[in-house]
Amino acid sequence: MENLAVRWIAVSVFVAFATVALAADGNLVLIKSTLIATFKQENVPVDASFKKFGGTIIYDAEKPAASSAMITVDLSSFDIGDAAYNAEVRKPAWFDSAHFPQGMFCSTAIKPGAAGHFEATGTLSIKGKTQVLSVPITVQRIGNADAFDGSFDLSRKIFGIGDPLWDDVLDDKVHVRFHLLSAKS
Amino acid sequence: MPQHYTRTAIALHWAIAALVITAFAMGWTMTGMAISPLKLKVFSWHKWLGVTVLALFFIRGLWRLTHAPPPLLPMPAWQRLTAHALHGLLYVLLLTQPLTGWLYSNAAGYPIVYLKLIPLPNLVGKDKALADTFEKLHGTGAVILAIAIGLHLLAALKHHLIDRDDTLRRMLRWRPVA
Repeated sequence: MENLAVRWIAVSVFVAFATVALAADGNLVLIKSTLIATFKQENVPVDASFKKFGGTIIYDAEKPAASSAMITVDLSSFDIGDAAYNAEVRKPAWFDSAHFPQGMFCSTAIKPGAAGHFEATGTLSIKGKTQVLSVPITVQRIGNADAFDGSFDLSRKIFGIGDPLWDDVLDDKVHVRFHLLSAKS
Repeated sequence: MPQHYTRTAIALHWAIAALVITAFAMGWTMTGMAISPLKLKVFSWHKWLGVTVLALFFIRGLWRLTHAPPPLLPMPAWQRLTAHALHGLLYVLLLTQPLTGWLYSNAAGYPIVYLKLIPLPNLVGKDKALADTFEKLHGTGAVILAIAIGLHLLAALKHHLIDRDDTLRRMLRWRPVA
């Protein structure tokens, strides 16, 4: 009996440590983060989410300018909600997932704004092409995590996502919005 | 009791017939198409036709309530009963078929933007299980509607060719039957 109790305590302590280790400062908490792209086909806005991404956001409310973010996105985790269309967007004409599995955003400068607001400038790389991007972001403390919310537009053409023969039915502009939760003790 | 249909009733009947048959042909084709820009276009057209049918259903319903249709021509009681039942079924499907299509589209994550211009409200949120259910309902409804239209057509031809009465003629004639 006693033996079992000791084991339980040992396991609990291990799990507690493991959880803390996984939730190291700045690491994204994936299950609570969302990354959604809204594209327009025939003027119909369609939401699709990336199911797998990760990265680190180092944020200090006292010194926002010293903050940094590095986000990698598994582009083949793009989920439109239909197997056939999901398979389609992995093809070379779209994300070309076989050759370019990941997209990446690396911040280069953080410009503090009003309390809880800042602008992140950085490079966005998709499909071997890189573009400088500035995104206004709001941040708020949720429990032992920071939640970052923002959105931006990107052009499919710049990254070569989609054959031009689709331009008739599919807008070039894609709206991306994110809610990223990063652990913070 | 009027002995003829109004021109508006005749126009609505044939307009809806043309739209429904076109929508059915598109629905039949588009679901089997490989992914292409054209496929997305046909899906849009199909949805616009459906929304148009839904709007015309309400206009036609209002028109019918305010302009009594002529009574059925003399026929055996069982035929009278069957005719009323089939007409009732057709009206029900003209309402439910666009609605299940709309619900299916929304549940699958696609809002409807009528003619690329007018965004229609989402009736339900994105929900895979719900989308599967509405897909089945919409598909089954389409088959029932096709059968009902087939029977309706056969009955009209039977009245015209065998009974040689004015049933079909009075729905074709723009002017009142003398």
